[in-house]
Amino acid sequence: MTATEIKTVTRKIVIEPVTRVEGHGKVTLLVDENGHITRARMHVVEFRGFERFIQGRPFWELPVAVQRLCGICPVSHHLAAAKATDWLVGGENLTPTAQKMRRLMHLGQTFQSHALHFFHLCSPDLLFGFDAPVSKRNIIGVIREHPDLAVQGVMMRKYGQEIIKATAGKKIHGTGAIPGGINKNLSIEERDFFLSDIEQMIEWAQGAVELIKGVHAQMPDLMKTFGAFPSNHLSLVREDGALDLYHGNLRAKDSLGNIIFDQVDYANYLDYIREEVRSWSYMKFPFITSLGKENGWYRVGPLARINNCDFIPTPLAEAERQEFMKEAEGGTVVNTTLHYHWARMIETLHSIEGIRDLLNDPDLQGDDLIVRGEKRKECVGLIEAPRGTLFHHYRIDDNDQVTMANLIVSTTNNNEAMNRAVQTVAAQYLDGNEITEPLLNHIEVAIRAYDPCLSCATHAIGKMPLEVELVTEDGEVLDSKFKNR
Amino acid sequence: MKEEITITIDGVEIKTKTGEFILRAALNAGIYIPHLCFHPDLPPHGSCRVCTVKVNGRHMASCTTPAEDGMVITSDDAELLDLRKAVIEMLFVEGNHFCMFCEMSGKCELQAVAYRLGILVPRYPNLFPQREVDASHPDVMLDHNRCILCGRCVRASDEKDGKHVFELMERGAKTRLGVDAENNLGETNLSIDDKALDVCPVGALLIKDTAYRIPIGERQYDKTPVGSQHKGNK
Repeated sequence: MTATEIKTVTRKIVIEPVTRVEGHGKVTLLVDENGHITRARMHVVEFRGFERFIQGRPFWELPVAVQRLCGICPVSHHLAAAKATDWLVGGENLTPTAQKMRRLMHLGQTFQSHALHFFHLCSPDLLFGFDAPVSKRNIIGVIREHPDLAVQGVMMRKYGQEIIKATAGKKIHGTGAIPGGINKNLSIEERDFFLSDIEQMIEWAQGAVELIKGVHAQMPDLMKTFGAFPSNHLSLVREDGALDLYHGNLRAKDSLGNIIFDQVDYANYLDYIREEVRSWSYMKFPFITSLGKENGWYRVGPLARINNCDFIPTPLAEAERQEFMKEAEGGTVVNTTLHYHWARMIETLHSIEGIRDLLNDPDLQGDDLIVRGEKRKECVGLIEAPRGTLFHHYRIDDNDQVTMANLIVSTTNNNEAMNRAVQTVAAQYLDGNEITEPLLNHIEVAIRAYDPCLSCATHAIGKMPLEVELVTEDGEVLDSKFKNR
Repeated sequence: MKEEITITIDGVEIKTKTGEFILRAALNAGIYIPHLCFHPDLPPHGSCRVCTVKVNGRHMASCTTPAEDGMVITSDDAELLDLRKAVIEMLFVEGNHFCMFCEMSGKCELQAVAYRLGILVPRYPNLFPQREVDASHPDVMLDHNRCILCGRCVRASDEKDGKHVFELMERGAKTRLGVDAENNLGETNLSIDDKALDVCPVGALLIKDTAYRIPIGERQYDKTPVGSQHKGNK
């Protein structure tokens, strides 16, 4: 910059780390001298090298090895990799027992993951308000003031985790799904164990939907305006348009509900999705190719899935979906950040209904577990993970060793949307030149709604370390403030 | 004709024959002495030293030491436990043993002995060596990352299969498992039924695409930890 150019004093506000999300990230806000947000960035500072160091390993290790990149929803990676490797062994047409065991595993994990997020991570914000004192606005506060809800959250999570153990062998990092099938069925004893509590779980899941609906009823304006911005939406849907978390084809809608593409075979995802790399984050920015980098970004996860599907194939959740869609502007698509929680609880209800239906299916006691067919060298596996669409893409050589891996994880798909949410909320709540605790709280609430998993399993409970820096555009630090370090 | 003799292991008198190796005599009598390179179907090798015991006060590899009448043997004491743990820990850090996703987890003898000895973390730093995976054979994979150089496959291929597919090459820290001199596995006459595959204790030699077929909880050592059929010495 030359001396004749006008220097603009820009403040940079850093939130590091963002708390009550999975993993580590930080937020920087660039604010000009008039107090306007000029840029918001959510940085993911963890590095995940799986795509590189899985190279050279045999393909059959993929479902067990790659799930190790996360301890929160490893089942998603386990199943996405298994679905991919099914193609490598020609086993994509699974036996009924194998497919239903995998579906049961997946619904169990969706149920526990959504319960964890809602009750443990988000209910403090929703029950006590975004501005409540930090000393109260945490899971301990929920246990103290709403013990019944806290117990429900724990027991729902436990139920889902037990389903995972019964299908994958372990609650975390199991081995159940193998290329072309599954390694166990569900015993009568295991089935009866789960059926004994199923009605209670359905009741609690209904209660959770009512709880979040109550929050919306109390604060309709806030819920409809907080972090609200138009976006595209991407998800899997079944061939008949139904919500399906395990398998289907890709559908994308724009912010008004118009179809961008539909029933796309996910093996061809590269024809529809591209990824952009930006220098300041390890997380890439995917976009819909036909719309370009600027306009092609999209939301994934519960909100996108409820928006995209034509119906939910379980009755209680479908009734809730119909009520939810009344929130859509113009009756087509909901574009508000806080509706993620509502959509997530509808999926929780769908998951437990789906678990009940599967438990009553005798195919789960079948013995035909593995399929083998024509071998292939390239494969794509997709699944709707709790946090959104998850892509696994691999190539192998003649010796069965992995030569290429590409993973687009759910949170990556939501990358631009989360940045937009941060910018929108920061613009709404920045109060003059003051860096206030409420501003920081609101930004975290916006990020948390997306249930981001920033690559590994860290739960942060307690004080939020906060670093605030005032810097000029050419990097001179004018002032800095540290808190809770 | 071999003469019946009496030896004492950890205060227990057992009968065996002259010349029987101490480890075999102990196992036959129901006494477990931890071991790795030893395999009951193969001649002893004496390379891993996990089965080290004190014979009349001297440290000896029990798999290669013939029993003699009146021997007094110690297998279960704190010093030997620590030495065995040290040996196992060195085997872990010298290779790349990622139990968390290894398909042999639950049926790996190295892991099983480590659990048996109560190893939680190695006392030595991991070396993370660069090692190759030889997947050139259509049915078999050789993962050098997991090889502990026990020589079981060498002996089995030589003496049971009559093929001489494997050998231990070079010396000291550079020792590695060689395949038919300088070839890859795919160029050998190794077959899926060979004894050499069956005896590998760690999954360095594996039959392809059979991984994880046994659910967690039903694997070999899930319900029957190594040595649990024996009276139990550490």
